[in-house]
Amino acid sequence: MKFNNIKLFAIAILASMTAFTCNNDDDNNDGFDGPDFSGTYVTQDQMARPAINTVFVNDGMKDQFNTTVPANQGATFQPLFEDKLLALNPGYTTNALGFDAATFTGALATDVLTVSLDGETTFANADLSTVLTGRTLMDDVIDIELTLIFGGPMGTDNPGLTSDGVDSNDKAFLSSFPYLASPF
Amino acid sequence: MKKTKILIASAILGIATFVAIAADHIDAPAVTGTTSDITDYYAFRGENTNNIAFVANVQGLLSPGDTGSASFDENVMIEINISTNNDLQEELVIQAIPRDGKMYFFGPVVATSTGLSSTITSNAITQGSVDITPYGQSAIIENNNGIRMFAGPRDDPFYFDFTQYNEIIAGNAGSFNDPGNDTFAGTNVMSVVIEVPKSLIGGSGSINTWVETKRRQ
Repeated sequence: MKFNNIKLFAIAILASMTAFTCNNDDDNNDGFDGPDFSGTYVTQDQMARPAINTVFVNDGMKDQFNTTVPANQGATFQPLFEDKLLALNPGYTTNALGFDAATFTGALATDVLTVSLDGETTFANADLSTVLTGRTLMDDVIDIELTLIFGGPMGTDNPGLTSDGVDSNDKAFLSSFPYLASPF
Repeated sequence: MKKTKILIASAILGIATFVAIAADHIDAPAVTGTTSDITDYYAFRGENTNNIAFVANVQGLLSPGDTGSASFDENVMIEINISTNNDLQEELVIQAIPRDGKMYFFGPVVATSTGLSSTITSNAITQGSVDITPYGQSAIIENNNGIRMFAGPRDDPFYFDFTQYNEIIAGNAGSFNDPGNDTFAGTNVMSVVIEVPKSLIGGSGSINTWVETKRRQ
């Protein structure tokens, strides 16, 4: 009896040691010879274009916007974005892209950044002839968004509200990788 | 006159909702001030025009004094999502996650699942890692099969006159100044930069991309 207990105890220890070993020797069996990154990772924050959640999503729904996959964002958020746009600028008719409120907010509500693999990548160039082909560090995204929200069909309405007067970053960007300036 | 006043008033009111501001800094209550708060996302043609560079910044508004002690969270994976066929679902992902002073990158690799819940594709053929650059040191860059990687503190590239916004909202000003003042001047972010050949993300045409922070459960 006693001996059997000892035997069982030994087996239990052996089993637990084996299990312990299994959890610690990078035994993913997946060919990756590095740290263990197993587990499930769940979305907390999400973004594509700058300032979309901040500008167009009402308090109380901001976390929901961050955790709605892009494919589902349009259906839920386009009507809310249109309300918000018209609250921001009750005089909105179209903007410099020629988008009416429904079209503009339809484009915004699905928050993905389109990036060209063929040509220039910019959030918008100066004359808006190229828009949404990427986002560079230099792009003055706030002025572009303010102009599209407040600037009217020609981009010239509400001139005091279509540019914040800051046209570039406080530190020069690098022409080479990693492009961002060193920290202060 | 009256109409103009109403317009200005409603514009100011509108701007008030703009106030929790920035590109995506402190955008929502669940993430504000946490290690998973994304501040900005960029994607652009690299110095080598055959490449696209992706920049994902987290943990904004770090003062220089706080930057040295800031670190990436080992339980937070940064996932760059890429849709190559315009269906708004990620066909490819690039996953970045830190461990013991290194940032590990997996992908571009076919997404094993889409949506809000992910596992890390640690068996991806395309993978690499880079030492996280300590504050105050030159950028440490790894180059692996045409993929360049960086992780570490950087100057916040975002610029905006947030202070004047507040003045407008408070009714102390009717418009921006020219020139304005960059409220984000002198602040840092934790930055992840990866540059990949276009051939690994569809080759030609265009992609749709977005970034997520995902926390280990």
